[in-house]
Order: sequence, then structure tokens, then C-alpha cells
Amino acid sequence: MNTAPAQGAVSGTTAGAPYVRIDRLTKRFGNFVAVRQVSLEIARGEIFCLLGGSGCGKTTLLRMLAGFETPTEGAIYIDGVDVTQVPPYERPVNMMFQSYALFPHMTVAQNVAFGLRQDGTPRAEIDSRVREMLALVQLDGYEKRKPHQLSGGQRQRVALARALVKRPKLLLLDEPLGALDKKLRERTQFELVNLQEKLGVTFVIVTHDQEEAMTLGTRIGVMRSGEILQVGSPSDIYEFPNSRFVADFIGSVNLTDGTLTEDEPDHVRIACPQLGGTVYVDHGVSSPPDAKVSVAIRPEKIQLSRERPEQPDNVLSGVITGIAYLGDATRYLVRLPTGFVLRVTAPNIFRHEERLGHDETVWLHWHPSAAVVVTR
Amino acid sequence: MPGRRSLFVLMALAFGFAFLYLPILAMIIYSFNASRLVTVWDSANSPTLAWYVELFHNAPIMESARLSFRIASVNATGAVILGTLAAFALERYRRFRGRALFGLLTTAPMVLPEVITGLSLLLLFVALDQAVGWPGGRGATTITIAHITFSMAYVIVVIQARLATVDRSLEEAAMDLGARPWKVFFVITLPLIMPAIASGWVLAFILSWDDLVITSFVSGPSSTTLPQLVFSKVRLGVSPDINALATILVLIVTVCVLVAGSYMIRMERRRARDAQAAFDPAP
Amino acid sequence: MNAAAERLYRGVRRLGGGRRPVGRWVVIALPYLWLAVFFLVPFLIVLKIAFANIQLSMPPVEPVLTWTADKVLQLRFHFSNFAFVFGDELYIAAFLNSLKVAGVSTILALLIGYPMAYGIARAPGAWRNILFLLVVLPFFTSFLLRVYAWLGLLGRNGPINDVLLALGLVHEPLQMLQTDFAVYLGMVYSYLPFMILPLYSAIEKLDLTLLEAAADLGCRPTKAFFTITLPLTKEGIFAGCLLVFIPAVGEYVIPALLGGPDTLMIGRVVWDEFFGNRDWPVASALAIVLLAILSGFVLLLQRVQAREGEA
Repeated sequence: MNTAPAQGAVSGTTAGAPYVRIDRLTKRFGNFVAVRQVSLEIARGEIFCLLGGSGCGKTTLLRMLAGFETPTEGAIYIDGVDVTQVPPYERPVNMMFQSYALFPHMTVAQNVAFGLRQDGTPRAEIDSRVREMLALVQLDGYEKRKPHQLSGGQRQRVALARALVKRPKLLLLDEPLGALDKKLRERTQFELVNLQEKLGVTFVIVTHDQEEAMTLGTRIGVMRSGEILQVGSPSDIYEFPNSRFVADFIGSVNLTDGTLTEDEPDHVRIACPQLGGTVYVDHGVSSPPDAKVSVAIRPEKIQLSRERPEQPDNVLSGVITGIAYLGDATRYLVRLPTGFVLRVTAPNIFRHEERLGHDETVWLHWHPSAAVVVTR
Repeated sequence: MPGRRSLFVLMALAFGFAFLYLPILAMIIYSFNASRLVTVWDSANSPTLAWYVELFHNAPIMESARLSFRIASVNATGAVILGTLAAFALERYRRFRGRALFGLLTTAPMVLPEVITGLSLLLLFVALDQAVGWPGGRGATTITIAHITFSMAYVIVVIQARLATVDRSLEEAAMDLGARPWKVFFVITLPLIMPAIASGWVLAFILSWDDLVITSFVSGPSSTTLPQLVFSKVRLGVSPDINALATILVLIVTVCVLVAGSYMIRMERRRARDAQAAFDPAP
Repeated sequence: MNAAAERLYRGVRRLGGGRRPVGRWVVIALPYLWLAVFFLVPFLIVLKIAFANIQLSMPPVEPVLTWTADKVLQLRFHFSNFAFVFGDELYIAAFLNSLKVAGVSTILALLIGYPMAYGIARAPGAWRNILFLLVVLPFFTSFLLRVYAWLGLLGRNGPINDVLLALGLVHEPLQMLQTDFAVYLGMVYSYLPFMILPLYSAIEKLDLTLLEAAADLGCRPTKAFFTITLPLTKEGIFAGCLLVFIPAVGEYVIPALLGGPDTLMIGRVVWDEFFGNRDWPVASALAIVLLAILSGFVLLLQRVQAREGEA
């Protein structure tokens, strides 16, 4: 069922009322519109990921939340309070910068204590909170070190501690895992989520890495050219993309055009000339008949076999032209008689099975629920 | 290709440095020459420190040196304060009304010939005198004002260059954590640009200490700076006590540069050592 | 802050345009005002004096703006000064000669300075700092004294003549002082650091991998220099040349000490008119013309530096 939410609406919230409300936020730089009429609601305690390529406006949106950019139009409400004109040093919002922005002339402890000192917190309380936070990020013992004496991962944890020690209502993270290598990235992903669950702080993360967004986010907002295209949980976005762009942006996908030939409440059929056949989808679609639509099928949802499968629909035949063995799965490129190439990903479940080889003719089939009809 | 140094470049370097230093070395050597003719070596009585002794007993020279020192100090401090503000404005505030003109005003004094800036400042002081009665004649005050105006341009270059390397996100992070803009400047930015401020101060000091043309225009009968004194002497030809003076100055500058240089090297080494510590296993 | 101060603060903030902190305008205004008063306004005054008439008084200038008995503002413009300046061959010759001397000095400084800057920028780490300090050190020692040093070297009894005589290259001491040669020497000598510093900065920024790629593709080092290094350090070259040329045109000390009566440079002329003849209006007119000539170059320098700032 494709419940592509209209731009601006909320789909699937976690517990709590909208904690952060962004109302038709627009940012113009001269003639260039960086953020265009974005409306969003973020619930308390969730991890919201803004996902998009470079130049899509996600960083500008984040900076407006932090207070470093003034919106041209629109408003931002945090916990019911209009903070649109409030300067960054008065907002209950803290940010973890992409470059970490640790003060090089201060020690780790001084860095973490900085925010508390600006508030005039008593000395004893500062000390205890700093110690507690450093322990939480597993950096106890590093109080006296200076930033240039720390590794990349350690610096990140200091930046995180510094931002969280003030117990902000909202924590903004700008590409938090971008500077880390793969192993460290995986470990940090889980640590971040654990930390968030323990502290209950609302996170807004900006990233261009979809894997990061899928792992970290409870909800994702896909952005392009200053607009939010789709908001939803990772599975919503992945399984039910509302546009070609979103379908193509997340993971890999097979996209083809077609025309609706049968449009019933409980099923549709789409004639796809590029595939050389019809696709049967087991749910209804709200489109006029004979409409031009796109069909998206994820590679892992297509199965390969040497014998012709018995199902009546969603069966094709083709020739394997490319094989990439990845260890946990194998990716195939299969050329159809029409010339169109399909991507198929098959998990390597059995160790000793007879592998499919180059130039072998295979049968492809998928379940009626596998394909997604995309109307944009 | 790095590592392959061409012979031509090496020779150019050698020739260039020889060209730069030969006159200075010659000047130093001749300061020990007993002969009043300076360049004719009097081997019977040389080397001698006689000219150095005479220098310290020369009241006008000592007086003007003191004046120059005072003016240079005040000038350096003023130029650094105004220069830091200007550099900050130029570097951090990308768009404000009249920014183009401001940029011009901060570069021009450094580049325009001193006769122009000196003449114009003198005419300003004269006009001000006629209009409001201040500064009431020319002297140390007018010289200092003039010096601040032109040395500010140099200071701005030095500080702006350093400011450009300061990561803006540091200032944003500080604001994000609750520090107001002026606090951010004093607690975050200023410590990070301190080396540039220090070298800016020294640069402004030297420029003022050394200036002749502008000073000549805006000084009065009672204020004679060291360069003015030296110039009036030197117009008449070489003079051995000037050689002695020059040697002392070169010595002071060399010592300062060496001290600053070795300090920088020590800091670099310490920083490299600290960065290495980042890869030590966690305690 | 107490309530009254808080209100005042907020009121001033609103004046400043609301959200932008007040401090911002203070930061801009302080140096701006200083420069406007002590740098910009003086030029306007010079312009005014250039149109005035000389008179025997202190200051030796007839006022340009006067109020008559009927409270009417009267302007008395004398264009004679400018006519004088443009009409007299001497002044025109001085301007042209200044441009020539400055131009030649700039080129010489470039020819000597570029290889030096290149050598320093390419030197291995520790050496680079030392060499850089060695270039900067003369800059910190007195300009006046360094020019004086040549006075000693180039004299009839000086060491250069001694060496030439000893080697038998000349039979009697060469007259080197009070000549154009001495002026060129002094100019290049004094302005060399101004040329080297921006060049060094530009060469240092050069990406070495570009040269490696060129070599990999078969380009000889000399050719790589002319087709890659030189164009990419173009901005440093412009900056260095302008930083030497512009002040050199109006240079006073070097021609005064090292030059002869026929090395006519405009800096000296302005000085002599002002201090010698006490003819402030003519000196002002000369300064205005010089400023007009140089302003184009100054704007060019502004643009070069702005582009470098963006890079």
C-alpha cells in the first residue's frame, strides 16, 4: 500500500506531541532559494534524519534550527516557543559540527565545560556534570588532553559530550559520521543510538549517506532542491517511495516506465515495454486509468532460478551479463530480450550451491507485493 | 619536481642573499673603522669602539631615539587595536554598506607613496588647527596619528590573514553553547589570533620607528625623530656614528628575530609531539 | 543589567536593524571613522589646496572658500596650479621619469625576486623557515639605513671601487653615486622583500602534484615552469609588482640620497616644492596628479587581492 504522504505532513510518529515544529520555512540567498516552504514536525525523543545530496538545502535548514541563519519566511517552534528570531546563544539547541569545532587552546574538560560556564553554573556542578558526561562517552581520563592530542573518533566524542552536557532540548548533528572510517563508523552508529536512548534527547541529523540515515533515524526526511520530498520511517521510505527520485536515491532500484492497463481497488496491472511484459501489483493505486506511471522493484526482491517458476505473473527471462560477488550476497546484472538490464541481489544462503554463471539464461520472478508503483 | 633543485635557482638564491646582506655587513664592518672617512680603512687604529661610545654621548641622537621609541610604542598599540577591529570587520562581515570603500581605505595607505599621504595629513592638521584649534601645532601627537593611519594597513594584512585561518565553526560552536558575540571574540577568537596580533604590533613598531617621509611632513620644530636626525646627517655624506647606530639596530633586530624564530620552532616541535600522542592507546 | 540599561540596550539594538548585534556596527565604525577622517578627508583638502593661490602667510595659502559680507559663499578656484604643472616640461619629465624608473625597478625586482621566492618555497622544511626569516630580516632593519649602506659602498672611496681598482678593471674610481644606476640599485634593493613575500606566498600554494602530473605526461621541467607554474602564480606576480611599482613611483628617500640632480623623480619634486619653495598649492596639485595616475593601479591591486581572498 502506497501511503506516500503529501509534502509537509507527518507520517508515523513516535511517542509524544510535535516537539519541534517548522512552519513553511524558506531561506533565500539573493535569487537562490536554498530552502523552499519546508514544514516539518519532529516528536520528542526521536532521531530525525534529513537526507539529501549536496546542495539540497539540508545544512541550511539545520543552521536555521541552530540560529546561524535567519529564515526569509516562516517560523520555528521548539516546545511551543517561537524561536525564529532568537539568536543561537539563547536557544535551547546545541549542535555537533561536522568538523567538531573543538576549541584548540582548551583542554577536553574545558571544552566540555564551556557551555555550562556561559550559563553561570556553579563550579562544583560543572565539574561533576563534565565528569559524568565524559564517562558516558567513554573518555574518562582524557580531561587534561588538548584536541590535537586526540584521534578523530575521540574528538567526535568530545564534541558530542560538549553539546550534550547542557541537556539541550534539541541536538543537531551535521554529518556526524562523515569523517570516520568504516569500522569506526559502524561502532559509532550504535553508540550514538544508545546514547540518545539513554538521555532521551531529540536528535536532528543531517547526512548525505543513506546508510547512516537508515541506521540512525527513527524517521527520515528526503530533501532535494530545498524541498522535502518524503518523510517517513526508514522502512516506509525504502519500501514505499513516493517518487522516482526517492526510489532511486535510497539503495539501488530497478525503475521502469509503464502504462496502467488494469486499475482495480485490489490490484493493478502495468504494461512495461522496457521489460517486455506486464507487472502485477497486489494493491490498488490512486491514479487515473491509462496513466503513465513508473514501477520500482528492489533488487533483493527479485529471485533467480534455472527453471521457469510456476506463478502466472511477474515472470521474465534474461541473460546474466554481470556478476559481483560480495561475500554476503551476489549482485547480478541480467539483460532482458528488450535490452533493458535488471539488477538482482541474491543472498548467498548456501555455501556449496552451484553458482549461476556469465551468459547463462535465467528466469526472474518476484512476489506481487514486491513492486511499487510510483506516480512522480 | 620536489627535491630536485636546479642550479639556476640555487645561484639565484645565493646571489640574492648576498645582494641583500652585503651592504649591511659592510656597514657593520665599517662601524669599527677608526677613520672618519668610514670607507677608508684606518688599519693603525681599527678596530675600535670609539664611535659607539660617541653615539651614547650624543644627546640629540639619544633624545630623538627616545622620542621615536615612545611614538612607535603608542602607534603600535593603536594600530593593533584599530587594525584588529578592521580586520575582523573585513573578514567576518562580508556585506555591509560601504564595504568596498572600506577595503580601499585599508589597503591604500600601505601602497601610496609617502609624499602623498604625508602632504595630505599635514594639510589636514593645518585645516583642523584653523577650524577647531586642535591639534595646536605639530609634534608627537600628529606624528603618532599619522603613523597609526598608515601602519594600520599593514597590521590589517597580518591579522586578516591569520583570522582567515580561524575556523568559523569554532566561533559558531561557542555561540551555540551560549556565549554572546563579544565573549566569543575575547575567549575564542582573540587567543587564536594572538600570534598575528603580536607580530602586527612588532611590524607597526618598526614601521613607525623607521619612518622618514611622513614624519617629516607632520612633525614640528620641537619633535625630531631618529630617522629625521639620521637623514639630515646622511645627506651630507657618510658618517661613522651612523654606522655604529646601524650596527646596533641590526643587532637588536637580529636578536629579536632569532628569539622569535627559535620560539616558533620549539612550539612546532611540541605540537608535533602532541599530535603523535593522539595515537597512543587509551589509558 | 538593570532594567533601564536593558531598555537602552534593546532600543539601540533596534536602531541597528533588529537582530544584528550592536557590537557589529561599533567594530566597523571605529576604524572606518579613523580612516575616513585621517586618510580620506586629507585628500579632499589636498584637492582644495590644489585649486588655491599661494600667498605669503602661514599657511602659505589663500583660502578657497570665503564668506563675503552678504553671507554668500564664494569659491575662488585657481586652475593656474594645474596649468602650471601640465605646462612645465620639468614636471612632465619628472612624472614620466618616475614611471620609467619605477617600472624598470619593478621588472628587475621581479627577475631577481621570483627565483629567490621559488627557491625559498621549494626548500625543505627547516631550511624554508630560515631562508624566509633571512629575507624578512632586512625588511625589519631600517630602510633609511639600508639605503645609507649603499652610500658607503658606492662612494669613490668605497669597497666596490677598491675591488675594481685592485682587479685592474678600471683605472680610476667610478662615479656611481648621484647616478641613475645608484637609484635603480637602491630601489631594487629596498623593494625586493615587497616583491618576494607575495611571490613566495603564491608559489607555496602551488599544488606540487600538478607538476608531477606534467612530468608524468612527458613535460620537461623548463616547459612545465612556463606553462604551469608561472600562470598559476600569476596573482602573486601581479601583487608583487603592484606592491613595488606604486610606492616606487613616488619614492623620495632613494633618489634624494643616491640620485643626482638629473634623476628627476616626482617624490623629490613634491618635497622640494613643499619644503623648498613653500609653494603648497603647486605641491598639492602635483600630489593630486600623482594620485590620479596611481589610483588606477591601486584599484587593480584591490581587485587582485580580493580575488586571492576568494581563492
